[in-house]
Amino acid sequence: MLAGAVIRPFGLPEAVLAVPAAAVAVGSGAIPLEHAREEAARLGPVIGFLAAVLVLARLCDEEGLFRAGGAWMARVAAGRPRRLLGAVFVLASAVTAVLSLDATVVLLTPVVFATAARLGVRPKPHVYACTHLSNTASLLLPVSNLTNLLAFAASGLSFTRFAGLMVLPWLVAIAVEYVVFRRWFRGDLAAAVPVPDGAGTPPLPVFALVTVVCTLAGFVVTPALGIDPAWAAAAGALVLAVRALMRRRMTVRAVAGAAGVPFLAFVLALGVVVRAVVDNGLADVLGRIVPGGTGLPALLGVAALAAVLANLINNLPAVLVLLPLTAPAGPGAVLAVLLGVNIGPNLTYAGSLATLLWRRIVHQHEHDVDLKEFTVLGLLTVPAALGLAVVALWGSLYVLGG
Amino acid sequence: MIVTAWIAEGTWPACVDAVRVHAPEAADVVLLHVSGPDVPGLAHAAYAGLLGRGHPEHDPGTRLEDLGADSAARLLDSAARRLGRPCRREERSGRVEREVVAAVAGTDLLVMARDGDLARLGPRSLGPVARFVVDHAPCPVLLVWPAAAPDVATLPPPPPH
Repeated sequence: MLAGAVIRPFGLPEAVLAVPAAAVAVGSGAIPLEHAREEAARLGPVIGFLAAVLVLARLCDEEGLFRAGGAWMARVAAGRPRRLLGAVFVLASAVTAVLSLDATVVLLTPVVFATAARLGVRPKPHVYACTHLSNTASLLLPVSNLTNLLAFAASGLSFTRFAGLMVLPWLVAIAVEYVVFRRWFRGDLAAAVPVPDGAGTPPLPVFALVTVVCTLAGFVVTPALGIDPAWAAAAGALVLAVRALMRRRMTVRAVAGAAGVPFLAFVLALGVVVRAVVDNGLADVLGRIVPGGTGLPALLGVAALAAVLANLINNLPAVLVLLPLTAPAGPGAVLAVLLGVNIGPNLTYAGSLATLLWRRIVHQHEHDVDLKEFTVLGLLTVPAALGLAVVALWGSLYVLGG
Repeated sequence: MIVTAWIAEGTWPACVDAVRVHAPEAADVVLLHVSGPDVPGLAHAAYAGLLGRGHPEHDPGTRLEDLGADSAARLLDSAARRLGRPCRREERSGRVEREVVAAVAGTDLLVMARDGDLARLGPRSLGPVARFVVDHAPCPVLLVWPAAAPDVATLPPPPPH
């Protein structure tokens, strides 16, 4: 099924293969109907939350938030490539944390590239920063990454407690990336000659910005009122959607499309299939490898295992496999899994499922990325960022209490 | 006589200025830009890593390819303006170092800039791409510093006997 999701025969959406696979798992009795229903009930709110964030990000793009971000980066950079890298780090980290890694990969990366081109700066370090930070900077909030949303539901942590425990690991991991990038790309960060393109400064989309800030505040306030924070995301998305529809910037169909319904179905089906695999023996096998306890060595072990698994089978299945095994040990172990599955994918090209992806990508875009550079950069950043982030998490757990 | 100036982000004004100084009046000047596939490739890979998203039309790599073509055209416009004399523009895409070498076959002079560590004299002032071109160019090469050359004091000490 994972192979099918990667290859996507005939360009079919991933869900076309995943949903029948889940149906087979249930139909063949590999997973009891009750477990499947339980899994669906657990994933339902997560998927709703995800849909709201995806729509929110898309509408922010429609409002011009990312274009304004490009103008801000250009202004901060003032023609200097190293300052641009700093601005890219700040913006990519913020966008990933608040609007999820999808927003950074799909919406921010083209803006960063265009900004670099306009400043006459070599784009490679800045585009690399977007791809690395879309993983590394997705540690902070439950909404930053689908893996976090899944773990958030399993950990029993509140939204603010999750953020409180993750803020230090998040900052540490980003700092490691920044130090390595400054050294690795020092040649590329040396020169800049602006190229005039006649584009004026876009206005700041105050409405979208205020809505995002209010949504963030909503994440903090709603749990105190006993409401699921997903509703805050839904409210933010709704406000921007109504505005876009009233101004005829978007159609209802386009808004619904931004939610990525086939993707949501894929996640649900993946959850059911992974549960079937875990129930039928994987839990016993991995249960023996997963370190118990929440001491520093145990957390390091859990994070390393999660990183390796994320590189073998992609981070989404990896987190689904590891959550049931680590949740009994408490939130510390669950957060260590997140460090592994979120930082780990920078190690291998396209987060692996290695050969399959490789074949698909080679067919589509012939040998386009310098694999050696990609891998060396991964080796320089991932172990250091992961190790130090785990130490930071351990410290946070110690200070704030697990 | 054909003089080709390799126009690259960040270093091109020095190449254009060198053409103005060193190319004979009668020479045909070619401004060459090569777009590499590696940066759009990064975006393709990042999107492929997002399992289950489908929607190939959202792939940011494709957008980067379009933006890259636009910015290459603007770059060559700027270079032509700075040159201030008739010239031909050539845009290529592919592995940059190989495309440059292929493009200058039959050229009488290639003007290019150093693209590595520009703070001191030495082999590191050439990055891997420029190094390949210098090593493989089938024509004479004029290699310029993008800005003022570093002081001779940055020369590494002689090896001990």
